[in-house]
Amino acid sequence: MGAVPLGHYLTFAATLFTIGVFGIFLNRKNVIVILMSIELILLAVNVNFVAFSVALGDLAGQIFAMFVLTVAAAEAAIGLAIVVVYFRNRGSIEVEDINLMRG
Amino acid sequence: MPALDLVPLLPELVLAAAALVLLLLGAASERRARPGEGGGEVATVVTPLVTAALVVAAVLALVLDKTPATVLGGHFRFDAFAAVLKLLVLLGAAASLLLVGSYQEDERIDRFEFPLLALLSALGMSLMVGADSLLGLYMAVELQSLPLYVMAAFQRDRLRSTEAGLKYFVLGALASGMLLYGCSLVYGFSGTLAFPELARMFGPGAPGGVPTGVLVGLVFVIAGLAFKLAAVPFHMWTPDVYEGAPTSVTAFLAAAPKLAALGLALRLLFGPFADWVPQWQQVIVLLAVASMLLGAFAGTVQTNIKRLMAYSGIANIGFALVGVAAGTREGVEAALVYMLIYLVMVLGTFGCILAMRREGVYVEDIAELAGLSERRPLMAAALAVLMFSLAGIPPLAGFFGKYFVFMAAVRADLVWLAVVGLLASVVAAYYYLRIVKLVYFDPAAEPFEPPAAPGLRIVTALSVLFVLGFVVVPGPVFAAAKLAAAALLR
Repeated sequence: MGAVPLGHYLTFAATLFTIGVFGIFLNRKNVIVILMSIELILLAVNVNFVAFSVALGDLAGQIFAMFVLTVAAAEAAIGLAIVVVYFRNRGSIEVEDINLMRG
Repeated sequence: MPALDLVPLLPELVLAAAALVLLLLGAASERRARPGEGGGEVATVVTPLVTAALVVAAVLALVLDKTPATVLGGHFRFDAFAAVLKLLVLLGAAASLLLVGSYQEDERIDRFEFPLLALLSALGMSLMVGADSLLGLYMAVELQSLPLYVMAAFQRDRLRSTEAGLKYFVLGALASGMLLYGCSLVYGFSGTLAFPELARMFGPGAPGGVPTGVLVGLVFVIAGLAFKLAAVPFHMWTPDVYEGAPTSVTAFLAAAPKLAALGLALRLLFGPFADWVPQWQQVIVLLAVASMLLGAFAGTVQTNIKRLMAYSGIANIGFALVGVAAGTREGVEAALVYMLIYLVMVLGTFGCILAMRREGVYVEDIAELAGLSERRPLMAAALAVLMFSLAGIPPLAGFFGKYFVFMAAVRADLVWLAVVGLLASVVAAYYYLRIVKLVYFDPAAEPFEPPAAPGLRIVTALSVLFVLGFVVVPGPVFAAAKLAAAALLR
């Protein structure tokens, strides 16, 4: 695993993941920030998979990371499309404006 | 390297081929028909074809040889459990499409993409119940979820629908992230993605006990699946999405995806982690208790019938999870029977909701049902039977579903859980019975138009017949659940 031990990768990924989750819940500004937070979560997972894969000497983790990247692209496309149709109806993508139904 | 055997994959191949062919057909003929407009005629051709493809795939799942077989490099598995759940999930999806009837035209969203998205989602559900590795699990869950986000936002010129789609997308993506993070931890601390390998590692007689990393990963995966099941505390999206999405979409996502998600949860918990019951039992018990209580209490103050069905769904997932929490074969059977009965009841109820139409406008207020029995006695009777069944009144099907999950919990020494469940079902009975009271004893509101679609009448009638007839012929349902549970707990 070279000079950087596995623990550092895992700590880094866990930090990224936490920032992503907090980005979704504490964000009061903009829906685009939420989309970025989702990407952050998926990238944290990828770091995890690749680090584990190298540490275990097993390729499956890197293949999983490829699949995650592909699905993340599809997910981002759908997310942005939904944000666009929402903006056309509401004229705003402020998180505080998404309040037609309480929940 | 074993020979490529695709026969056990036939139901999925039929669905995928149908989706691709119909997508091309729809795109080509829509352009020719009415450039720049929503091809209504194309949708009227594609919808029955999609329904037919779903039924064909379901029949294939029924008749295929059920000797356990793995496909696609061991990422998916076909056995009796997968066959039974595929049959139910695909028939449930087909029934939800039949229910749609003229709703799409009336709401001016009769685009051919709608049945295709439903078909792709059904393909994902069909793969979910057969997943046999963490990669298969993730890909199937995403294939099921992504079309549903689009479907929720399908009425793209209405704020309500797009807001529902946005909320569903954000929380669903968060759930996928948690599921994935869990998958990565399980993989990293065990070294494998395959369920059979994991089962060998953590099965009886395996050394090493319970690695903490895998356990943490498992909890993350359960949290991700709980989002898909709409179990408390991961239920926040449910009421808003049910209310905001077009009713045709709500009918779809209230029925089959729940069963598929439960099937996947059972595969995970009773496959590789079957010997870790004490570890995951507490998590499932917590989800079950919170879902039953919140679903029962929050439902009592609802005025929108789709929102009410959302809380009813949350409570019902709680009851099904009581069976899972028992951690026994009896519990698995009870949970499967419960979800099957719930699937049928929810389809019938949405048949009634989709018939709440007045001069081409669909109403969703519960108060609009007042005095239904005077003008539309048959619909009133159907709704009353379904509500009594959801409330768990014997001798209707809903009672037996509840009875068997509670019995399974009692036999697994979880008496207090069964007691909490009973109390929650008493509270929930209030909102079901309030609808019956409105329908039969309140002064009549304006009458509804009779539903135009025969599919809606047929599905609702079949659902009512099932609910009434279950007490007479319960055999096939229990036989199927037994078969599935036996294949699962191999």
